[in-house]
Amino acid sequence: MSDYNFAYLDEQTKRMIRRAILKGLAVPGYQVPFASREMPMPYGWGTGGVQVSAATLTPDDTFKVIDQGADDTTNAVSIRKFFENTAGVAVTEETEKATVIQTRHRIPEAELNEDQILVYQVPIPEPLRFLEPRETETRKMHSLEEYGLMHVKLYEDISQHGDIATAYAYPVMVSDRYVMDPSPIPKFDNPKLEMSAIQLFGAGREQRIYAVPPHTKVVSLDFEDYPFEASKADHPCDLCAAEDSYLDEVILDDAGNRMFVCSDTDYCRSRRAAGHVGRLGTELGTEDAA
Amino acid sequence: MYVAVKGGEKAIDNAHAWLAEERRGDTSVAELSVAQIREQLSLAVNRVMTEGSLFDPDLAALAIKQSRGDLIEAVFLIRAYRTTLPRFGATLPVDTGGMACDRRISATFKDAPGGQVLGPTFDYTHRLLDFKLAAEGEVVPVETGAPRCGPTPHITEFLQGEDIIQREPESDAVPGDLTREPMEFPSNRALRLQSLTRGDEGFILGMAYSTQRGYARNHAFVGELRIGKVPVEMEIPELGFAIEIGELELTECETVNQFQGSKTEPPQFTRGYGLVFGQSERKSIAMALVDRALRWKELGEDNLGAAAQDEEFVLSHSDNIQATGFLEHIKLPHYVDFQSELELVRKLRREAEERLKGEFTAQEAAE
Repeated sequence: MSDYNFAYLDEQTKRMIRRAILKGLAVPGYQVPFASREMPMPYGWGTGGVQVSAATLTPDDTFKVIDQGADDTTNAVSIRKFFENTAGVAVTEETEKATVIQTRHRIPEAELNEDQILVYQVPIPEPLRFLEPRETETRKMHSLEEYGLMHVKLYEDISQHGDIATAYAYPVMVSDRYVMDPSPIPKFDNPKLEMSAIQLFGAGREQRIYAVPPHTKVVSLDFEDYPFEASKADHPCDLCAAEDSYLDEVILDDAGNRMFVCSDTDYCRSRRAAGHVGRLGTELGTEDAA
Repeated sequence: MYVAVKGGEKAIDNAHAWLAEERRGDTSVAELSVAQIREQLSLAVNRVMTEGSLFDPDLAALAIKQSRGDLIEAVFLIRAYRTTLPRFGATLPVDTGGMACDRRISATFKDAPGGQVLGPTFDYTHRLLDFKLAAEGEVVPVETGAPRCGPTPHITEFLQGEDIIQREPESDAVPGDLTREPMEFPSNRALRLQSLTRGDEGFILGMAYSTQRGYARNHAFVGELRIGKVPVEMEIPELGFAIEIGELELTECETVNQFQGSKTEPPQFTRGYGLVFGQSERKSIAMALVDRALRWKELGEDNLGAAAQDEEFVLSHSDNIQATGFLEHIKLPHYVDFQSELELVRKLRREAEERLKGEFTAQEAAE
């Protein structure tokens, strides 16, 4: 793949994306339009994140890609391979060793530091989209800080279901100004949005980039009498016994038996390496992880 | 016992190897060459070039071969290749008035300077399967005539001479480029036309058809449909003048639409415009109808609330590469979001059941 420029995109395009990223960082939570390019992977499969990563990576970076928290899901493998081929950067599965992490639908469990950049793949960047389908209208609503519709929606959820019926892509208020879609992360991850690392969000098909700078105030929308609650399955991980990580539910047999495992594969692996063993786990190294 | 789903990388490699085998099909059957596709499936090649926004019949044919005939996949390959190409500059606008027409018809005038030229068309063929083609596809040589050399002026020019058709505003402004700038609404006609040319043929056809069936009807006549080659010229700064750098085959359609007049415009005919690569008549006519429907504001017409009048709706959903990518991404794992939904639905159900039980006992107590 040496026919392509470093990280696939040409330098002019990367500059254009970097300008959008800088603008995004300067106005936290604001969706910056950018001239998204067609990438050699389909729209909806992380082209926004890939373009942001391409504009962010330097030859010295160490890159990690997760999808649903896991390094080994097919699309994560595919994106990691793409940058291995086009940028020749070092890759890792270990959260601490990565300098740039591209993610879909999760924030890693391990706390990120100020030398790291977290790049989110975003399908629909507009938090108001399913309340108002027109971009012309939603942009107006953001510029006027007119978020009543969102609060009415949350209120109606409570009056109908007794709860806010949003489990992922839970809207947040960034820096007391813009309502932002944190991408479809489970709301369990929302409190982690206030972090030391730079967070960049790329939506390729929708041609938008937005950002949350380090240590920025990010508040999940709620009401005084119905405070936001980060929820997860009420179990420990069956492999590493973690009580504090987001869990995937795995169906074991047709009798309805299930097990719960960390969605963050690196977190689970590192805990097991440290000797933690869950209900159905074995000590690391004794099983054949084929 | 749970076995971690590992080995994504190996699975991907194997899937790709299998795909390559399926693409080739039965190896006892001769392999298709790119030249065969280019020459014998040229309408598919045209569609891929138009929606891929790249005029290169060989690359389009290669994309069709690689995509196993899935034309949207082929368009995708071309688009992804196109983004990597450097831009040297822009050509001068092509002059379709000077087109060497293979086909040129008008539905509005029985005859006009330049004549009606039927050309290679499926029109008036009886759609009967030709079983002879299954055995051999050789064509018998047919009589040829001397090419007509006179000019073929646009039909709408005659209407313009009478000042009975809307005049297009003239402008030397450089049009925007939707592949280099993010789309913003409201957009303008140049960007709309770019978007319609690149748009999915099926989507544009459906939108155009909806206007014919009464959703923002704008009764269109095909004023003219012309297919042929035009030279492409580019100004070379070192030379100081324009030189011809190649030629393009284009289909151009201009519709002439009935118009009763509005608050701002007198009664006159109005226009819709379609331009695509190669011979792609259906696409160019459909494009012209949708273009006309989208011009309601500029002509002072009423917004009838029809989908084809809605610029944001049409332009946001016409691109099949965007659409298919987002549609098919739901194949990707979503177990994290699904898990959170699962927990939410369980919780809501538990609460609803408790509520019901509470009401039931309250009712029992009351009785």
